[in-house]
Amino acid sequence: MNKRMKKKTSDLVFAARNGLLDRRYFLKSGLGAGLIATSTNASEGKHRFPWMRVPGEGMGESGPSKYENHLKRNNVASQPGTTGSGASRTPIEYLDGIITPSRLHFERHHSGIPDINPEEHRLIIHGLVNRPLSFSMESLVRYEHVSKIQFLECSGNSGAMISPQPLQRTASQLHGLISCSEWGGVPLKILLDEAGVKPEGKWIVASGSDAAIMSRSVPVKKIMDDAIIATHQNGEPLRPSNGYPMRLFLPGWEGNACVKWLRTIKVTSTPSMTKDETSKYSDLRDDGVAELFTFPMAVKSIITSPSPGLDLNEAGIYQINGIAWSGMGKIKKVELSADGGKTWAEANLDDHVLSKALTRFRSAWKWNGGPATLMSRAVDEKGNVQPTRENWLKGRASNTFYHFNATQTWRIDQKGQASNVYL
Amino acid sequence: MSIYNFKLSLLCLFLCCYQYSLAADDVFVDKAPMLGRSMSIIAVQEVDFVVLPNGDGLPEGSGGVDAGKRLFNIHCLACHGEKAQGGINGDLVGGHGTINGLSPKKTVGSYWPYATILFDYIRRAMPYQTPGSLKNNEVYALSAYILFLNNIIEEQDIMNAKTLVKVKMPNRDNFVWAYK
Repeated sequence: MNKRMKKKTSDLVFAARNGLLDRRYFLKSGLGAGLIATSTNASEGKHRFPWMRVPGEGMGESGPSKYENHLKRNNVASQPGTTGSGASRTPIEYLDGIITPSRLHFERHHSGIPDINPEEHRLIIHGLVNRPLSFSMESLVRYEHVSKIQFLECSGNSGAMISPQPLQRTASQLHGLISCSEWGGVPLKILLDEAGVKPEGKWIVASGSDAAIMSRSVPVKKIMDDAIIATHQNGEPLRPSNGYPMRLFLPGWEGNACVKWLRTIKVTSTPSMTKDETSKYSDLRDDGVAELFTFPMAVKSIITSPSPGLDLNEAGIYQINGIAWSGMGKIKKVELSADGGKTWAEANLDDHVLSKALTRFRSAWKWNGGPATLMSRAVDEKGNVQPTRENWLKGRASNTFYHFNATQTWRIDQKGQASNVYL
Repeated sequence: MSIYNFKLSLLCLFLCCYQYSLAADDVFVDKAPMLGRSMSIIAVQEVDFVVLPNGDGLPEGSGGVDAGKRLFNIHCLACHGEKAQGGINGDLVGGHGTINGLSPKKTVGSYWPYATILFDYIRRAMPYQTPGSLKNNEVYALSAYILFLNNIIEEQDIMNAKTLVKVKMPNRDNFVWAYK
C-alpha cells in the first residue's frame, strides 16, 4: 500500500499501477492546445461559426446554456402521498471546482418549501436566557456578518451503499446529497450573547417555519464556536429551497441539524430528543444500542469523473477528478488507486483547500483500454482516514445507513463504462 | 451612622451599581447593535413548540385510547394504515424485540426512546396535510392510541402532561451519545 512506483516509460512518470500518472503530469505538460479551425467557408479564407455572423442576444437575466439542460437536481423523490417531503440531489458528476450553484444545491425537506414573507418573519431567541428577544430581517442587516465556503451534507447521503448488492446508479444518485456554498450571515453567538444565556443553558432547540416545524437540538458549545444564522448563499439571499430567509448553518455538521426557515431558538438544559434526532438520524449498532448526536460529517471522497454514465471512449490520457471533504477540518491528501487498492498515488488538490469545504482533487491517468478499478481515499488534517466499505459496516445494524463515508469503487470495463462495485 | 450618612451610602451604592451596569452594557453595545426586541411571556409561549423528555413544554389537557382511535381513523389511517400497521407511509407499531437482531424494524414502540416525542412531533407536523388543526386533547389522545397499539399503556390509561412523562418506552435504555 502507498508504495510509490516511479517508473519511466517513454515520457510518462507513473505513480501507481494501471496507469496512474505522477501528480505533476498536468503541471508539466501545460494546459490544452487551442481549437484549430479547419473550415474556411467564409470570406477572406477565415472561418466563422453561424453564431459569429450575427450579434448575440441582449443582456439581462440568464440561465445556463440550452446545451446544459441535463444539469438539474436529480432523483427527486417524495414520501408517498406528499410532494414536498423528500429529497433531490446535486448532479456532482457534471460539476467542477468546489462551489455548487445554488439552483443545484441538494434538497431534503420534511413538509415542503414554505413561501415566507421576510417582512413578517422573525427570529426568536427564548428559553434559558435573561431576555427573550425577537429579531427582524431588517435589524439583522446591521449586525456583523461573516461568510465562509463550506459544505453541507445530508447524513443520509450515500445510504444506498449499504445495499448488499452494489446498486447500478450514477455518482449523484448514490452520493448527490452533498453541496458546497459560500454561506453568509450573522454569527449566532452575537445574538445569544445579546439575549444572555443562563449558566444552565447547554443546548438549543432550533425550529423551522415550515409546516412540519422541523426541529433539532444542538449543543450551545457548537453555537458559540462557529454557528451562523445564514441569510446568504453564493452571494445572493438564500433560495427558498435552502431556507429563505434564514437558516441555521453549523459548519461540518450533518445537514438535518442546519434547520431551514429558522424561526425559534430555545435555549434548554437538555436536548429535546426530537423525532428526527432520535428515530431517524441515529446510528444503530449490531448490539442493539443506538448512537445519538453523530454531528460532524466524517472524512470522505468520491471520484466524480470517470463515473457511471461518463464513459471513456478510447484508450489514452484522462483526468480523474472528484471531491473530498471532512467535517473535522481541511483535507490533507487524497490518494487514488487504479488497481482496486493494491497501489496508490497522491492526487493534486486544487488551490482552495478550505476547512469543512469541498476540495477538488485531480490526477492524470493513462487508460490502457483494459479493465481498471478506480478508488479514492481521503485523509483530513486531523489524521482521519476514509474507511473501506467493509470496515464501515463493521459493528453497525444491517439496515442503518446514516453517516456513510466509506470509499467508493468504480470498475471500468473494456468498453470504458464505469459501474459501482464492492471489493 | 446618621440617617443622612446611611442614605448617602445607599445612594453611592446605587450609583456604583448603576455605573457598573452601564459600563458593562456600554462594552457590549460597542460590539453589537442590540436590536433584539424584548418579548412578553405570552408572545414567547405562542411560538414555543418545544417539549423536553422531562415534560417541560407539555400543555394542559388529556386524552385517552378510545378518543385516539376515533381521531386516528379520521386523520391518520390514510397514510399509516389500519391500527397504524403501515400504509403508504410509516408504520408506527410492531418490531418489538427486533432492534438487536438481523433486520431491525424501527417503530414508535420498538425504537423511540421517549413518549414525549409523540406529543412534540404530532403537534408540530401532523396530520401532514393540515398541521396545527388538532387540539391538545386530541394530540394526547392520539399519543395514547399509538402507545396502546404498541402494548405500552393500558386501554383505560389517560395521557396528560404528568402521565406521558412517566411512560417508559421499551427501548429507552439502548441509546448512547456519540457527542461528548
